[in-house]
Amino acid sequence: MSNKIEAVNDFVVKFANVNGSGSASANELFARAILRMGVPVSPRNIFPSNIQGLPTWYEVRVNEAGYRGRRGGVDLMVAMNPQTWDNDLKEIEAGGYVFYDSSKPMPRSKFREDVNVIGMPLTEVCNATYSDPRQRQLFKNIIYVGALSALLEMDPAEIEKLFAEQYRGKEALLQSNVKALKLGRDYAYEHLSCPLGLRVKRANGVGNQIFVDGNSAAALGAVYGGATVCAWYPITPSSSLAEAFIGYCRKYRMDPETKQARHAIIQGEDELASVGIAIGAGWNGARSFTTTSGPGISLMGEFIGLAYFAEIPVVLIDVQRGGPSTGMPTRTQQSDLLSCAYASHGDTKHVLLFPEDPAECFSLTAQAFDLAERLQTPVFVLTDLDIGMNQRLCEPFQWDDKKLYDRGKVMDYDDLESGRDFGRYLDVDGDGVPYRTYPGTHPTRGGYFTRGTTKDRYARYSEAGPDYMDNMQRLQRKFDTAKSLVPRPLLYPAEKPARFGAIFYGSTSPSMQEALDVLAGRGIHVNALRVRGFPFQEEIADFVASHPWVFVVEQNRDAQLKTLLVNEAKVNPTRLISVLHYDGTPVTARFIVDQISQHAAARTVVPLKGGARAAVGAQDSGISNLA
Amino acid sequence: MTYLAKPRLHHPTLAKNQAGYTRRDYEGKISTLCAGCGHDSISAAIIQACWELDIEPHRVAKLSGIGCSSKTPDYFLGNSHGFNSVHGRMPSVLTGANLANRSLLYMGVSGDGDSASIGLGQFAHSIRRGVNMVYIVENNGVYGLTKGQFSATADKGSKSKRGIANSDEPLDMIGLALLLGATLVARSFSGDKKQLVPLIKAAIQHRGAAFIDVISPCVAFNNHAGSTKSYEYVREHNEAVNRLDFIERRAEITADYAAGTVIDVPQHDGTVVRLRKLAEDYDPTNRIRVMNYLQERAAAGEVVTGLLYVDPDSVDLHEHLNTVETPLNQLSERELCPGPAALEKINASLR
Repeated sequence: MSNKIEAVNDFVVKFANVNGSGSASANELFARAILRMGVPVSPRNIFPSNIQGLPTWYEVRVNEAGYRGRRGGVDLMVAMNPQTWDNDLKEIEAGGYVFYDSSKPMPRSKFREDVNVIGMPLTEVCNATYSDPRQRQLFKNIIYVGALSALLEMDPAEIEKLFAEQYRGKEALLQSNVKALKLGRDYAYEHLSCPLGLRVKRANGVGNQIFVDGNSAAALGAVYGGATVCAWYPITPSSSLAEAFIGYCRKYRMDPETKQARHAIIQGEDELASVGIAIGAGWNGARSFTTTSGPGISLMGEFIGLAYFAEIPVVLIDVQRGGPSTGMPTRTQQSDLLSCAYASHGDTKHVLLFPEDPAECFSLTAQAFDLAERLQTPVFVLTDLDIGMNQRLCEPFQWDDKKLYDRGKVMDYDDLESGRDFGRYLDVDGDGVPYRTYPGTHPTRGGYFTRGTTKDRYARYSEAGPDYMDNMQRLQRKFDTAKSLVPRPLLYPAEKPARFGAIFYGSTSPSMQEALDVLAGRGIHVNALRVRGFPFQEEIADFVASHPWVFVVEQNRDAQLKTLLVNEAKVNPTRLISVLHYDGTPVTARFIVDQISQHAAARTVVPLKGGARAAVGAQDSGISNLA
Repeated sequence: MTYLAKPRLHHPTLAKNQAGYTRRDYEGKISTLCAGCGHDSISAAIIQACWELDIEPHRVAKLSGIGCSSKTPDYFLGNSHGFNSVHGRMPSVLTGANLANRSLLYMGVSGDGDSASIGLGQFAHSIRRGVNMVYIVENNGVYGLTKGQFSATADKGSKSKRGIANSDEPLDMIGLALLLGATLVARSFSGDKKQLVPLIKAAIQHRGAAFIDVISPCVAFNNHAGSTKSYEYVREHNEAVNRLDFIERRAEITADYAAGTVIDVPQHDGTVVRLRKLAEDYDPTNRIRVMNYLQERAAAGEVVTGLLYVDPDSVDLHEHLNTVETPLNQLSERELCPGPAALEKINASLR
């Protein structure tokens, strides 16, 4: 038999299931149990756009060092889906393991010589224990979790604790789950060789971190950020965000006395109506948002331009998926960057925020409402499926008790009554941000007509060139003001002087940080900058200017961040080298390391005899894969 | 249109309503529409209705889409906030505005291009949600601002100014509104102010989605022989089912009517809509019969007008959503932010 991978707290388990079989909760139970042992895990759902019967996978990376990116490769495949057996088997690393249901004999040709096989007659065990078909299905999942816990030396007490939390007050369910778990463990100890080379050992890698998906986190951010109106249209992968908002509002946004809602949520008839409702509410002084994905952004285009030009605060959360068109609805990408930055016809530019994980989904979504009202413009929170629909270990949510919402420049009754001049599009403070009034504020002052057509400083219809130019230039000033308000980029300096820089954002973050460590280990030192918002601050241009080469790592084909950097930060494009991952799976550290190593090798000049200084730029002509 | 500016000063003897405003206080900018446009008559009717009902102008939010009709909110209630949104999307913007502040009166003004074509979906869904609003379609069967193309409400066989007959079936906004659950449905004619003003008043006082289809002839592109939306055609074919005489507090109703000639429909705020019947046996509270009646009369070539349907037990979107009485836009951190203690509990549940 083959070699066996030996690893403690550092391996990848992948579950291959059929969707609709109830495997999701069992698999999550497996991941959570490892977390409870103090070992960080990063699970990822890989699922089709389908409800029942198609293949689905759950990939769990166990990593005590805390790397949360997708690693690539599989050490233990829990192959529960005959449909995908062949491909699943191929993914296993040499010396890895496959765990499968051996109730039906499999021909020898179906296995790999270099993969260790663990067969357990799950169906037989189930059928012998349960008579109800649904129970057979559901408990089969728990039984394999039981067997795995024995094979990986997991502490069953942690799983039982999780059962106890889940089935509090439901004694019968609790007992039957504990029984199924034990069934799996007992079988494994009796018939299988436990443990495998892969083991989970109690550690202290989790601390006070929380385990949550980005969509729930963003929904909670909207609650804390004071959003009262949400309008949305179901679309993967953003639907669970709106649904989480509904759930949180029912819990935290009810008047305790009257039991009435301090929120209004509308499932719109389409994305146009959804953003229209959010804009109407923003116009009328409520904090409002919509949540969608790429196709929704395309549909909302006209309205986004209205909100930009009429200067109405609104928050749009785009949980990106694979495009173009319907694209890959259940796969991840960062490919809406440009369509959001420049959404709508005419000269438009929008504020974007890029959370890296659920913790930032929470904080940046909450901040988006302040920015939208401060700047009176649409603000986009650009997350993606990888962050949005997967639970991720991250820093706990934080909120400052003293924090007050920044409602921006609003003239109230007293301001108007005092005789202060009100011009809806008048740049009083020189920052391009005008004052607004809410409808119904004052009987004779502060009323104005909001329109998507051109107007003068007092909101009067005007197609006069100078009025139009004046307004457009003020909007540009306002956009410049946004630079000082959006979150600054974060620098991750290399430990040694570095000639290479790397710029990345959003869900690329965990794989990027792992890649930086691996590269440093190989002597390739890279200063990295994580961009967190658009418009870009000067320090981003400075970062590029201070490195001969800067890798721009992103998850789309067309190098959208690079385009935006060249276009908006005015950086020298010949310094930028794109590292692009866009097959719909989350980018891995392995991929980044591989790409950057190749580029670096091509640009590392062997010093001439006599120790002449390496000439930067000597290989410029050899840079062939500039995107 | 006229180029003469309206005088800013009001005559001191102008009558004031109970809210302390003269009728002039309800006016807006000078209309830029064509002289004789039906839409201007509708603006005048809105002004009249608001003045008579003592509505404070700034407590009205007027919203529209794009098109000739959608320009009109600039021409009435000059002290109100107005919102000229995007083509066909007034209903969603109005819905959102209404959710943000339930204490204002929402007046949506739209046209047949705006609501029957590009915005048909938003029209339908705002009605079925029961948004508390007055939704007026200024219906002329034609795209005026783009110079005379048929709209979706143009009758089959009616002729364009160039003499081309429309071969498409017309969209019946009234029929749709009834099907979709509008709780007040009326049709009127811009040339019949006596009918229109009380209908707008009834719609304002109604809670829920109130829809008024106002046939409003386009003098530039659809007022010729062969059009079914011309002044002449509508005057000839107009069949009113009732006359809405007055709206008063329930307790104040004293006038005597012969039995069977009036229908009283009480409204949520205690007012009563009193209808003087013109068509025998027409019961505007029976939705199924109303729909049947309208289909029959339409087949006979009549343009039925009046208060066609009213649901005395109407509810609105805020009741469906059970929202708090305080407008959502007036809630502060205190009511909205669960705070750090709650967040710590949430964190604990995620470990």
